[in-house]
Amino acid sequence: MSNPTDLKYVKSHEWVRIEGEEAVVGISQFAQEALGDITYVEIPQVDDEVEAGSECGSLESVKAASDLISPVSGKVIAINEELENAPEIINQDPYGKGWIYRVKLSGLPDDLLDAAVYEAVCAEESH
Amino acid sequence: MADILSTPLTAWHEAHGAKMAPFAGWNMPIQYEGILAEHKHTRESASVFDICHMGEFLISGPGAQEALMKAVSHSLANLAEGRCRYGFILNEQGGVLDDCIIYHLGPDYFMVVVNAACCEQDFNVLKSRLAGLKVEDISERTAKIDLQGPKAVEVMEDFLGEDLHDLGYFAFRYTTWQGSKMMVSRTGYTGELGYELYIDASRAVDLWEGLLGDARVRPAGLGARDTLRMESGLALYGHELDTEHTPVEAGMGIMMKSEADYVGRAGLAAVREKLLPLELDGRRAPRHGDSIELDGKVVGRVTSGTFAPSLNRAIAFAWVKAEAADAGSYEVVTPRARLAAKTVSLPFYKQGTARTKLAPKA
Repeated sequence: MSNPTDLKYVKSHEWVRIEGEEAVVGISQFAQEALGDITYVEIPQVDDEVEAGSECGSLESVKAASDLISPVSGKVIAINEELENAPEIINQDPYGKGWIYRVKLSGLPDDLLDAAVYEAVCAEESH
Repeated sequence: MADILSTPLTAWHEAHGAKMAPFAGWNMPIQYEGILAEHKHTRESASVFDICHMGEFLISGPGAQEALMKAVSHSLANLAEGRCRYGFILNEQGGVLDDCIIYHLGPDYFMVVVNAACCEQDFNVLKSRLAGLKVEDISERTAKIDLQGPKAVEVMEDFLGEDLHDLGYFAFRYTTWQGSKMMVSRTGYTGELGYELYIDASRAVDLWEGLLGDARVRPAGLGARDTLRMESGLALYGHELDTEHTPVEAGMGIMMKSEADYVGRAGLAAVREKLLPLELDGRRAPRHGDSIELDGKVVGRVTSGTFAPSLNRAIAFAWVKAEAADAGSYEVVTPRARLAAKTVSLPFYKQGTARTKLAPKA
């Protein structure tokens, strides 16, 4: 599994790319594989406040549904509108075109994980 | 997981990267490359499905036809040899113990194909209803592989070197493949043209790999089997069919043509709930157990729901109280949202090729 080392991760399998005072959020390769073909994504709306560790949307696949947990706190400033009609983009490119939303950060939690630590979390979950 | 059963193909699935999960006590492949890709491939080309978990019984003996007509709902009086028919094993109240296909093999000689989860129960019920007849469970030695998709007929003809254009929908015959006896039945559970193949379990891997030798064929798992059967409006036992509801309530009254005095017949008159096919506007899918509301009151519950890949929207089946079943539109209450749903006619997906009439070859 290759999780980009420039991203941070949380145990609920979302990733965050911190870019100064803003950040981009998505779900990990491990999460998209576990869900299988994603058929619907419920995304927060622009101007919504999201809170680290709290549910801010959901993902549905043919066989399962799962909450989207925000890894960071802040105000949503952009969402990936492509996902409404083509949620499979997340399966195809979870760290790139499959980004979900962008926030203006109000704070960073101290429990964000590096790629190596996150990979250990995934390894444990698959056993 | 200690008691989970394996089909003759379980090791093949595992070796080829399938995502496996328990289903009705069996370790079954849910998907290989992905449910959506496998679904699409079945609608456009042809797929093989491992259905070895299902049960098969042989029933024979003098008077077998008469006796069987009283044990099951199938109309057998006019079922020619070489043809098969869908129907139900009912309890005394008309509730469904299982749905099954019955093959007319010869004079007073039948094969019954049942759901894996109900196999043991069905065997005991039939054994007791058919006292004096031979009822043999051949499930363990029988492999069942389904080849389904619009290209299935060309694939199967090339594979066997045999013309199958004369084999109509719900007809079957025996053939010989590499010296082994194989039943080819033009039936299936995907809404597409295709075959259900029955062969000795020792030949399952050879047959499976042989069919996959054709570039038009790919393996598909139970995930795609479920989205395909849903779009085609086909019931799944334990979801749309159960002991609490009759086939008439499940919308299959038109099939109940048998004039025999079969077990459960008297119970068919009472209609308390109706099974409704529902279509939704968006992609968000209702799931088994979600409530159905009408004017803010709960009037039913979802039996199955899924995103329908060929329709690009969500569909569902739901039990709705008979007095609320003509409303036409409802609200589905899921744990995350309230979704508008409307009643539609079956099948959900109307372009399926299952019933295609094949012109005889010149």
